[in-house]
Amino acid sequence: MKIHEYQAKEILREYGVPTPRGFPAFSVMDAVENAQRLGGDTWVVKAQIHAGGRGKAGGVKVARSGGELEKFSGEMLGMHLVTPQTGDEGRIVRRLLIEEGAQIAAEYYAGLVVDRGSQRVVLIASREGGTEIEEVARDAPEKIHKVVIDPGKGLLRQDAGDVARKMGIPESAVDAACEFFMALYRAFVEKDAMLLEVNPMILDRSGRLLALDAKINFDDNALYRHPEILALRDLDEEDPAEIEASRFGLSYISLDGNIGCLVNGAGLAMATMDIVKLYGASPANFLDVGGGASVEKVTEAFKLMLANPKVEVILVNIFGGIMKCDVIAQGIVEAARQVALNVPLVVRLEGTHVELGKKILAESGLPIISANTMMDAAKKAVDAAKGH
Amino acid sequence: MSILVDRNTKVMTQGMTGKTGMFHTLQCKNYANGASCFVAGVTPGKGGQNFEGIPVFDTVQEAKHSTGATVSVIYVPPPFAAAAILEAVEAELDLVICITEGIPVHDMINVRYRMEGKKTLLIGPNCPGIITPDEIKIGIMPGHIHKKGRIGVVSRSGTLTYEAVGQLMEVGLGQSSCVGIGGDPVNGLKHVDVMKRFNEDPETDAVIMVGEIGGNDEEICAKWIRDNMQKPVVGFVAGLTAPPGKRMGHAGAIISGGEGGAEEKLGVMEECGIRVTRNPSEIGRLLKSVL
Repeated sequence: MKIHEYQAKEILREYGVPTPRGFPAFSVMDAVENAQRLGGDTWVVKAQIHAGGRGKAGGVKVARSGGELEKFSGEMLGMHLVTPQTGDEGRIVRRLLIEEGAQIAAEYYAGLVVDRGSQRVVLIASREGGTEIEEVARDAPEKIHKVVIDPGKGLLRQDAGDVARKMGIPESAVDAACEFFMALYRAFVEKDAMLLEVNPMILDRSGRLLALDAKINFDDNALYRHPEILALRDLDEEDPAEIEASRFGLSYISLDGNIGCLVNGAGLAMATMDIVKLYGASPANFLDVGGGASVEKVTEAFKLMLANPKVEVILVNIFGGIMKCDVIAQGIVEAARQVALNVPLVVRLEGTHVELGKKILAESGLPIISANTMMDAAKKAVDAAKGH
Repeated sequence: MSILVDRNTKVMTQGMTGKTGMFHTLQCKNYANGASCFVAGVTPGKGGQNFEGIPVFDTVQEAKHSTGATVSVIYVPPPFAAAAILEAVEAELDLVICITEGIPVHDMINVRYRMEGKKTLLIGPNCPGIITPDEIKIGIMPGHIHKKGRIGVVSRSGTLTYEAVGQLMEVGLGQSSCVGIGGDPVNGLKHVDVMKRFNEDPETDAVIMVGEIGGNDEEICAKWIRDNMQKPVVGFVAGLTAPPGKRMGHAGAIISGGEGGAEEKLGVMEECGIRVTRNPSEIGRLLKSVL
């Protein structure tokens, strides 16, 4: 789960990580009030969306007067912000962060990730702040410093200090950097984060280290023990179809193609998308109905796919293990009864109770194109899309 | 022969008295030699009861001492699964197979840390388990699609493994063992750990390796194969069409920071001498062609 920058900074402040002072704004009036609370004569107006690359796209502006603050806030709220991470359609800006301006002396990068290689949390730090860390890793890997953190001991002050010096943080700020990194690690573990980035982490002209930006992604599997994180979820930032799917325990991701795919199992669902592409069409979605799918779940899955106007064909690919083919077949028949099935339906069933499943489909009288293998199913789905 | 488990393995089920645990324990007990393999269940507070003739114990330690079980399979719900794994590790079992999906990743980091220096091996979590066809099935895979043979299968995915097995059967090939290592980013045995065992198993002639996007386990395994493997390996990686930054069902199936893409993995696998296909319907035929 993702959250906004201002929410991430609130969490970091709880752990003692210094950030610029700032408040969220949902309207121009909020923005003006926030600026008055902050005082001073320079404020930063930052669009809050769940995607990076905002600065270059016009989503971060420095206001040097009350007039500018009102103007920028008004322009930004409601705008379609298109960044390299949003896709072409962009995101509508609904929230702003109004922050006091910072006097930047140096910019750094600090991040924590769950590292699959070491199976531990790794601190990643660099003197190259403000740019994408992937670019630094590619172009100047010697500028990236890593600490693999022992889960039993946590981030050690000595390791944090070593990294701070390697990053070129001045000696006078190394102690503060240690506190900074150790607080980040505590927040990361205690809040069950998967990714935490402070980019840039800055040294201001008075010698203070600050988190100028913050991003935290959380482990969905741990949200059950973090109601305080779940409360930060912003449904406006999520795909409505994916939200709807999650209500029914379906794993669904919208894609751009025209073949709706209903599959059991994540790996097989990806493989089904791949084979659709291999035969010349594109998948409209990833959809894993899971191992324990019921007739109701399958019905909801059909409704989701049919609600997508791009879908020209539906391809069902089931390898029944725990999931029995007759349950899937009943789900298909039930779904066809409840919703107008106005696109061709290709079904490939294999595995547990396959004969019974095929019989149910055959006796339903539905115009189903049946297929025996994945390849057969993909070819038939692509052909049906061409004829549609 | 086979790898990791066979007809003589003694298994306990942690979380046997839950709905999932009961269902799958019964399925496993009824598969091949299962009736003599599945000897114990563990549910705290339910010691002394029994399920289908299988005695239930309060702790893993008691189950081990009373029945001689050296392997456990876990169906415990996610909030308690990490503790269940650790209990099995503390009891010094040989192998723990954790089926549970949805364990928090920080719990698994802690589990892996506390497993260091211990003898116990872990398969999973979030996996279908392991089967040595016609001998023993430990997990949730459908037993009837398998038959005994000489092909090893290792995979991060459940149903895609069944698909590969189904294709093997179409070309008349049985399996020595099939291992689902699971779809989580922090887990037990990796592709390479299972591959080493297939390499050493005299009754495995060739191996199917099924990967998916995310991480670099496939690349690590491919390089090991290049330098060490004595047997042919064919591979498939799911997720060629998966968009970056989106988690595709499995917690570990995500392309992030420009890493973990299927095409990159397939490229490394090919460079390392593994025959790969980009067509998931061709896995079985490809394997047959390298024998």
